[in-house]
Amino acid sequence: MGIYIKLIIAYLKIGLFGFGGGYAMLSLIQKEIVGNGWITNQTFTDIVAISQMTPGPIGINSATYIGYAATGGTILGSIIVTLTVVLPSFMLVIYASHFIQKHKDSPYVKGLFMGLRPVVVGLIASAALLLMNKENFTDFTWSIAIAAVSFCFVHFTKLHPIYVVVLAGIAGYIIY
Amino acid sequence: MYRQISFHTHSQQSTTQPLLTKYNIHDNNNGKNDKNRSTSIIFVSFFVGRCHCSTWIYVFLMNNRIYFQLFVSFLKIGAFTFGGGWAMISVIEREIVDNKKWIGKTDFLDLLALAQSIPGILAVNIAAAVGDKIAGKRGAVVAALGSIIPSFVIILLIAMFLTPDTIKGNDTLRRIFMGIRPAVVALIVSPVLNAARNAKINAKTVVIPIAVALSIYSGIPYISNPILYIIIGAVVGIFLYHRRITEKSIK
Repeated sequence: MGIYIKLIIAYLKIGLFGFGGGYAMLSLIQKEIVGNGWITNQTFTDIVAISQMTPGPIGINSATYIGYAATGGTILGSIIVTLTVVLPSFMLVIYASHFIQKHKDSPYVKGLFMGLRPVVVGLIASAALLLMNKENFTDFTWSIAIAAVSFCFVHFTKLHPIYVVVLAGIAGYIIY
Repeated sequence: MYRQISFHTHSQQSTTQPLLTKYNIHDNNNGKNDKNRSTSIIFVSFFVGRCHCSTWIYVFLMNNRIYFQLFVSFLKIGAFTFGGGWAMISVIEREIVDNKKWIGKTDFLDLLALAQSIPGILAVNIAAAVGDKIAGKRGAVVAALGSIIPSFVIILLIAMFLTPDTIKGNDTLRRIFMGIRPAVVALIVSPVLNAARNAKINAKTVVIPIAVALSIYSGIPYISNPILYIIIGAVVGIFLYHRRITEKSIK
């Protein structure tokens, strides 16, 4: 029972203080989970590697895996931990969007979004820049070719991104 | 084609209605009609003596069609987004904004701003914000669940039946993902351009996103913290808007 409460507290913290999405949260997750001795550093690296090979956000992936592993292999544990990491930000999103909706004609809310819109463009751009690293571009010929072709498909031909991901996977299998 | 969904309608009747107008444009009482139809389906199936479980499921789905469609959309989005929240943006944009036309482009941009200003897992924040906008609180729950269930199930199966090494050492998976990873980066570049257009970025204001992106990319402590730019953007936006209004009222 004690382990559940400790896990819930740890993942509430991750859910409340993790900013920036995905890999920006990794160090926080590592500190909470490896620091508490629930899993070894090696297992954590494994979870990160698995997350890169499975769909979904890494926050969810690590929560599900650790919830299962740290409670001695119970599905209930993974459900509880996964919901815990989601819950704080979920409540905040609902609360904030209802608040904004209520005051949507207020000059403050209008100004807020006017100021945030260019920043959001910058934030997405920074994510793209940060992902242009050696881990994603393993070589400088095929990787760039795949990225360029995918970009043309998504942006100009309006092909559904899901198909682009599938096609890129097939291309990767054939090339490498 | 059909009415844009209005913000936060709380009763179930009115949330289902805008979506239903998609199918019967000229009828103003679609939600009601739909309920009547499902009641008659139950009645007929009683009469024929074929009231299976499937009938009830059908009726349930007809009455909760918006939630069901949201759930399926986000299930699809959750199952095919590798690399978390950022890669999700382009899939949601195509699925929800372009194809289903459930929300407008500027509204989507504002929802992104909201999701990024709130801590937690970005992918879930985006799903909750979009679901809430389309179909209220229940919509948010359904969208968030849809987006986490695929990864939850996959990781749980891996944790239960496989050791990490079987995944890591799998050559087929390694090759497939060497192709997917650069494509995911391309999927994030595309929404940057769309968002820039929707935010009405011009030659003068283009400095803002470039400066923000480069500062975050630089990795310098404090300066590379995205929260800093969210706060600055919010404060400057409110200040400028306030000034513009007061100038107008003086004129």
